[in-house]
Amino acid sequence: MFVTYLVRELRRRMRQACFIALGLAVGIGLVITVTAASAGVKNAQSTVLHSLYGVGTDITVTTAPSQGSGGPFGFRIRGRAPASGARPKAGQKFSRDVLVTGALGTLKSSSVTTIAQTQNVTATAGALSATDLSISGKVPTTSNSNGGGFGGGGSGGGGGGGPTSIKTSTFAVLGVDTGAGRVGPLSSDKIASGRTFTAAEANSDVALLDANYAKQHKLATGSKITVGSATFTVIGTVAEPQGGTTTDVYIPLQRAQSLAGMSGEVNTIYVAAASATDISAVQQAIKAQLPKATVTTSSDLASQVTGSLSNASSLAGTLGKWLAIVVLIAAFAMASLLTMAAVSRRVREFGTLKALGWRSRRIVGQVMGETLVIGVVGGAAGIVLGFAGAALVKALVPPLSATLGQTQGSASPGFGPPGGGAGRFGGGSPLGRAANDAAKTILVHLDTPVTVGIIVLAVVLALAGGLIAGMFGGWRAARLRPAAALAQVQ
Amino acid sequence: MYQLTGVTKTYKKGRDTVQALRGVDVTIPDREWLAIQGPTGHGKSTLLQILGGLDRPTSGSVVFDGKDLAALREGQVTKVRATSIGFIFQTFNLIPTLSAQENVEAALVPLHIHGTQRRAWAAQSLVDVGLGDRLRHLPSELSGGQQQRVAIARALVKKPTVLLADEPTGNLDEGTRDEIIALLEKLWKDLGLTLIVVTHDSSIARRAQRVGQMRDGRLLIRQDTGGAHQAVVPAGPANPADPGPQPTDPWQPS
Repeated sequence: MFVTYLVRELRRRMRQACFIALGLAVGIGLVITVTAASAGVKNAQSTVLHSLYGVGTDITVTTAPSQGSGGPFGFRIRGRAPASGARPKAGQKFSRDVLVTGALGTLKSSSVTTIAQTQNVTATAGALSATDLSISGKVPTTSNSNGGGFGGGGSGGGGGGGPTSIKTSTFAVLGVDTGAGRVGPLSSDKIASGRTFTAAEANSDVALLDANYAKQHKLATGSKITVGSATFTVIGTVAEPQGGTTTDVYIPLQRAQSLAGMSGEVNTIYVAAASATDISAVQQAIKAQLPKATVTTSSDLASQVTGSLSNASSLAGTLGKWLAIVVLIAAFAMASLLTMAAVSRRVREFGTLKALGWRSRRIVGQVMGETLVIGVVGGAAGIVLGFAGAALVKALVPPLSATLGQTQGSASPGFGPPGGGAGRFGGGSPLGRAANDAAKTILVHLDTPVTVGIIVLAVVLALAGGLIAGMFGGWRAARLRPAAALAQVQ
Repeated sequence: MYQLTGVTKTYKKGRDTVQALRGVDVTIPDREWLAIQGPTGHGKSTLLQILGGLDRPTSGSVVFDGKDLAALREGQVTKVRATSIGFIFQTFNLIPTLSAQENVEAALVPLHIHGTQRRAWAAQSLVDVGLGDRLRHLPSELSGGQQQRVAIARALVKKPTVLLADEPTGNLDEGTRDEIIALLEKLWKDLGLTLIVVTHDSSIARRAQRVGQMRDGRLLIRQDTGGAHQAVVPAGPANPADPGPQPTDPWQPS
């Protein structure tokens, strides 16, 4: 009887039932879409952060460049400087390959150990990022008379006399702790081919390449690559998360330190805390130990991310959320009002049932049953709409850019003369890239995952919508005095 | 058996307070056919609803089979309605979405009679009112007389002791009205019902054993209607407190 009566009644006011269900469906669909989009934005943010600092890294420790190292955006070349007496002659072929460290200041390797001993720190890893700069060509014939080696402030890194006679190329090198494992920049990367470092290779001439870099330069496992002045054997390639990092070549930390002439120094320390709740305590502890260092947590980093990604994040977080809430409330209110109106039209029917001895509870149950069915139908339609909406957002939103830090300094990427032997050269592109190590821009595609959790949320919302509407309708029906109901003339 | 003592009912209608019943005292013995007449708005329907436990009096007691409906909790009154009291209405009040048989079954829902038994009882009840061939018809597919027959079947399927009817022929044409009256009379006799009918229809009143007149919230009973069913009720006044009929004035307060 319950089911027969319910189905007949819903069939009778099919149009109204569909209308209510549609309202709920739109509300629920919007909630799913917005939730999926903001989950996608969050994923994109963590993709960005992970690709920069690795999965499992909760805190990074860096330091500002110290004074006197060529200014905040200078670079130190600590490679083997040619003896002034061996200055190449004009027309002579030359080739130089040096490792320079970028805009970041340095920290002592011993700090890594210090941090590792801090309470609630589960893992630490130091890393040294650097740029490999190789220059080759012929010494220009019209070299500077004042003995400045080669020089020129022109564009593209060309020499003063023969712009085409000197080639420069750069790639980003990261010296990583081969024993670090779960923290550090390599932790988020997947080995695309070959293998990763072993702890025993802390001082070996082995390198991992970024898969894209390897492809561009036609390198593969087993190839040789020159970093600084040493030749490394490629043991594998890593596929970086979407967007990628700025690192092209990974080498063991110790080798990077010695090639850059920076033994015992790192410029980033990656720290994993025991749990998410310990992060800020650990941050404070590290600050106390290393007063000059910049201690950044992953949430600090997230707040530093700028660009369209952060716009999308605030859009999904505010506008989308409120829109979904408003639509949902409107749908619930509409469902409740329409149900109450429907109950009012059935006053005599319910009065009759009461006269037949039906309990109020039974009548309320009947009304609730009807609205629950509407809610379930609306919820199912809402899930479909939600999937469609999420797919639409995914299809329509262009790749989001995320910029971490500031893009300062790229306009003047020159570096100061390190000594009398070497001249200065300027140039936009190759060194600008090194300067940009401080400001990383990554493109990420927005994925809008509709998770089981979201579906559960939708089902709960649908049932809640049905129950709320049913409660209002049922309340109305239960308040009916059968006498008044029967007295009503229709 | 009903025993009403000092029943009053006031309710608010907008700002006004309406005194629908101003003290009704009446005893209705089992198996009696009582017709209640009177002008519109003088409390007929209110009295019927109080008799059926659909409404509670403002004061006074409504003792039905030893239980005061005015004092029982709602759930218990509902139970009394479900088991012992059948209703029929002027506007039939069938559930429009349910078939004739399902409408009759609805009366068995509160009695927790399920499945085949419920369907069988409902079908039998419809056969009893002459609608054995209309079980699956919706109310909208039935004539007024047929709808009222369904309503009667619904009221009687649970085998109540009392049948309360509010203008049962008010919405019917003359021929159909006679059929319904004949049917009610037959069922009243066959089933030994207490039948209380509020009606304007004098042909119903003529067949009743007693006729009450509602005036300004008071019930005046004329003991002897001269109707056809005098013999059914035991002789003597229905209410022991009743001083009995007075030849000069057939209408007296009961």
